[in-house]
Amino acid sequence: MGKKKEEQIIYVDSKGKRLDGRKVDELRPIKITAGVIPRADGSAYLEWGQNKVFAAVYGPRECLPKHTASPYKAVIKFVYRMAAFSVPDRKNPKPGRREVEISKVCGEALERAIFVEKFPNTSIDVTVEIVDSNAGSRIAALTAASVALADAGIPMRDMVCGTSVGKAGGKIIVDLDKDEEDASDAVDIPIAMLPNSKEVVLLQLDGVLTRKEWDEAYKMAEVSAMKVYEVQKQALKAKYINGEADANKAEKKGVEEK
Amino acid sequence: MISALWDLRVDKVVADLKEGKRIDGRKVDEIRKITITHGVSENADGSARVKLGLTDVIAGVKMVPGTPYPDMPDEGSISVGAELLPMADPEFEVGPPRDEAIELSRVVDRGIRESKAIDFKDLCITEGEKVWVGFVDIYIINNDGNLFDACGIAAMSSLLETKMPKIEDGKIVKGEYAGKLKVRAKPVLSTFAKIGNVVVADPILSEEKAMSARFSVTITEDDNITAFQKGLPGSFKIDELNGAIDVAMKNSKQIRKLL
Repeated sequence: MGKKKEEQIIYVDSKGKRLDGRKVDELRPIKITAGVIPRADGSAYLEWGQNKVFAAVYGPRECLPKHTASPYKAVIKFVYRMAAFSVPDRKNPKPGRREVEISKVCGEALERAIFVEKFPNTSIDVTVEIVDSNAGSRIAALTAASVALADAGIPMRDMVCGTSVGKAGGKIIVDLDKDEEDASDAVDIPIAMLPNSKEVVLLQLDGVLTRKEWDEAYKMAEVSAMKVYEVQKQALKAKYINGEADANKAEKKGVEEK
Repeated sequence: MISALWDLRVDKVVADLKEGKRIDGRKVDEIRKITITHGVSENADGSARVKLGLTDVIAGVKMVPGTPYPDMPDEGSISVGAELLPMADPEFEVGPPRDEAIELSRVVDRGIRESKAIDFKDLCITEGEKVWVGFVDIYIINNDGNLFDACGIAAMSSLLETKMPKIEDGKIVKGEYAGKLKVRAKPVLSTFAKIGNVVVADPILSEEKAMSARFSVTITEDDNITAFQKGLPGSFKIDELNGAIDVAMKNSKQIRKLL
């Protein structure tokens, strides 16, 4: 934030193209593979632009330490972590305040989607590791985690899908990348929702935004989140309907192709 | 753990809200009485105690010289911390800040930082060498709900009265001050609780025990939004969010007058 020379940068040109050639409402390419970690109960690997994310789910299983359990519901333990090499300068591997906060809001967002009341006294452990990052990693984490939960066969009312929306150079745009996040007037709004009921389960904002701009941003977010939902569904269908249910088989196929 | 007594209060909160009443008689968009006391700590460079109903918090600022980040050699910074003191609530425990406290301080920090209330360039002492870091530390004395807003008000109140330590020949003169910290905006944080299908402003503790989701908005004097934070496992429909933003714009004006 707050670098000096970017005054001249045009974030959206006269043809409506952004720095990387995307349109204002265009997401970066998203690729999701379900079931990439054989030991886990459920897992997913996601690439969202440069972001690369592994998500694994264990549970429902005995909730330890015991005092963290609830007699009413499963406890969602979401851990978002960034690999030390995943950012331009090496990140201290010790979890920082940012990671703690993201873990908290992401876990809470997922809880709405899961029938937690069916599994009292248990925990559902969701861990996400960011191995490469370029803005928007918390939504990437949540998107991958949602697929991993479905892959684990955990009963859910809906998926959780989302995107970030925001502003750079005075224009409302979807799915900001790092260059756009560094704009002097940048606004970053990560949003996640349940696609079928349009309930907002995660919402944060950094930056300065008018009420009108928010209305515009939200509309774009809703449309984009649905696109993410489609990719999530495709990933699950690829594994469970198109016959790639065995992670090892998929792996072997990849090797043969090479 | 929720005690049986709290269960009863939660039932009452929910039942009352179904009839459009809040447990303490407020309207759904009405905030509690706010009292701000300045200068609670003489050793702090700025401090304030804020009572929001029975919620009671104390914030203090210390301006500390530090080294700037290499990519921003002429900019200082602020850092907000919140401590949920065990004296404030039977559920608060001794030890390092847990995720609740971290979220709380980061949301307060975000609203102030993004509103540019403090221009970090104002905090430069010697470019590339020395800058001021404003540490805002907030201690919860009594928790009766909505720590977010109480801490937001306390942080702004203490920053608004912060004096800048005096510098002579690049050295800090202990105990002497050179004017006040420049505060360029007055962002106000407003927090809402969703209970059943009702969204209420400034929840008290019993309402917080009943809420399924929480939503906070920071608004500046020119009606810009500078922070959002949705928390807890429940969800909001877009109309509920927009309704809360509108109430926040109205309530923040009332709170800002007290700053």
